[in-house]
Amino acid sequence: MRFEVKNGSFGYGNTKILQNISFSLEGNSLMAVLGSNGVGKTTLLKCMMGLLKWNEGETRLDGRPLSSLRPSDVWKRIAYVPQAKGAALSYTALEMVLMGRSARLGLFAQPTEEDLAAAREAMRTVGVEFLKDKPCSRMSGGELQMVLIARALCGGPEMLILDEPESNLDFKNQLVILELIRVLSKEKGLAAIINTHYPAHALKLADQALILNRDGVSVFGTAKEVITEANMKRAFSVYVRIAKYQYEGVDYRSVIPIRICKSAGV
Amino acid sequence: MKQMQRNRLFLSIIIGILPAAAAVICVGIGRYHISPWESLEILLSPITGREVDPQGISAVFNVRLPRILLALAVGAGLSASGTAFQALFSNPLATPDTLGVATGASFGAVFALLFTRNIFVVQLAALAMGLLALAGTCLIGGAGRGRGILMVVLGGMVVSAVFEALVSLVKFVADPEEDLPAITYWLMGSMSRATYRGLLLGIPLIGVGAGILFLLRWRLNILSLQEDEARALGLDLKKLRLLIMAAATLVTASCVSLCGKIGWVGLLIPHTARMLYGSDNRRILPAGMALGASFMVFIDTASRAATASEIPASILTALIGAPFFILLLRKTGGARL
Repeated sequence: MRFEVKNGSFGYGNTKILQNISFSLEGNSLMAVLGSNGVGKTTLLKCMMGLLKWNEGETRLDGRPLSSLRPSDVWKRIAYVPQAKGAALSYTALEMVLMGRSARLGLFAQPTEEDLAAAREAMRTVGVEFLKDKPCSRMSGGELQMVLIARALCGGPEMLILDEPESNLDFKNQLVILELIRVLSKEKGLAAIINTHYPAHALKLADQALILNRDGVSVFGTAKEVITEANMKRAFSVYVRIAKYQYEGVDYRSVIPIRICKSAGV
Repeated sequence: MKQMQRNRLFLSIIIGILPAAAAVICVGIGRYHISPWESLEILLSPITGREVDPQGISAVFNVRLPRILLALAVGAGLSASGTAFQALFSNPLATPDTLGVATGASFGAVFALLFTRNIFVVQLAALAMGLLALAGTCLIGGAGRGRGILMVVLGGMVVSAVFEALVSLVKFVADPEEDLPAITYWLMGSMSRATYRGLLLGIPLIGVGAGILFLLRWRLNILSLQEDEARALGLDLKKLRLLIMAAATLVTASCVSLCGKIGWVGLLIPHTARMLYGSDNRRILPAGMALGASFMVFIDTASRAATASEIPASILTALIGAPFFILLLRKTGGARL
């Protein structure tokens, strides 16, 4: 599948948030959206999925405008993983994951054994089977995030859109989630777009990157080319050094923040 | 695990037969006492054709059965509509009256009572005003224009307040000798007005509304998520919300039109079901309907048989319901949405 955004702009009233955003991704590529807090990363995700309407421009799925497609057809192919914030409802993990089948069922239909099997399968893929009877309200942030990813997978989508999946998680859980996303993309062949404010995570995972800047100009390209010291300084107002480190024959890249640049403002 | 499943199955079977059992037992309770076994014989006599006591037939079919049928329908209906609203607003405190429907319907009924004692007219007026209240709420809340569910709740509060004031106004201008007692009594809710003719109008409406809610029970789970999440799961939110509001309104307004305003059931029963079954509306909704139906039958029986004169049902739902609810709350530690 080919997913593209052409010249998308969005704002509330006179406040422009997103300007002239364009990108496209195909097959199982993974795109990271990078930007500082409040720059409009979540808004961008919502616009590209059609949850918010672009003021100008459009999203296209296989060349056809998203707005011309039936919502349920879109949501069979694209699955959204929201941020796992607290105050969740007390549905059990299995009940929560099962909701991922929604777009595939008729309005009055009830999930069948087959849907239940799909939910179990998705939980197995993500590795959260053991949580199946645990209420979401009693889960840790990491557990809930995994369950939400399983819910997205349960509908059998071609693409995942994840909103800061690794935020609010501890060091290990961040790695667990990032590795899961990598496996889903590279081994299960799903396309994915993730929002993140960690340049290092984008560098580690993504094939492509879209950098949102405060000045409204966005930069899109392959991750290795656009996640540069200069671009990071522009996006985050932080001087960074990108360091390479080799361990057991594997190259790692680390983004080291040096200091905040005063001139650009915070 | 197996043991838990078996317990739950056992519980479901009991809850499933509870309404029928309650009906058979309660139909025999009253000044003319009939044992449950005899009651069953009498109830089945039109089918089996067996000879039974004619006095029993009269008590069961002419006096008690319409009330019991009404109680079953109202109990099941109010529970379903309460469950639906709690999921729709993702708020465990939502009740069938959250949109101002019950208050609107009450106004319709008491207004009609000023002019007539014809139950049929009262019922129609209640139904019409209930629907008008929903329309008002949707208009104020901008439902369908994507302004979010909170606006709809606020709209419901406003509409409810307006109709509450109108009800007071009607009471104020009503003839204190003739109309006021009728109005006051009506507002407290009672099954004593049950007639087969009234049921014929009301029960199909409750049935249709509750039936729609029953079919949408799994969707209710998804509706209680965040708005964006629900839309991203492929729901047409506006359409679904309107459909649920309309169905629940039909149920609530019909219930109010048949027996007045009966509080507590729509809040208490869904919570009871939640404490027994967890959060999944696929289980809560049917369980709540069965529990609500049985509860209402018991309440109505108590209201007609506990003392020589009739006690309004709303008083009993609160007096009997509240302690029972607290007991359950303490025992299970409560249940969240």
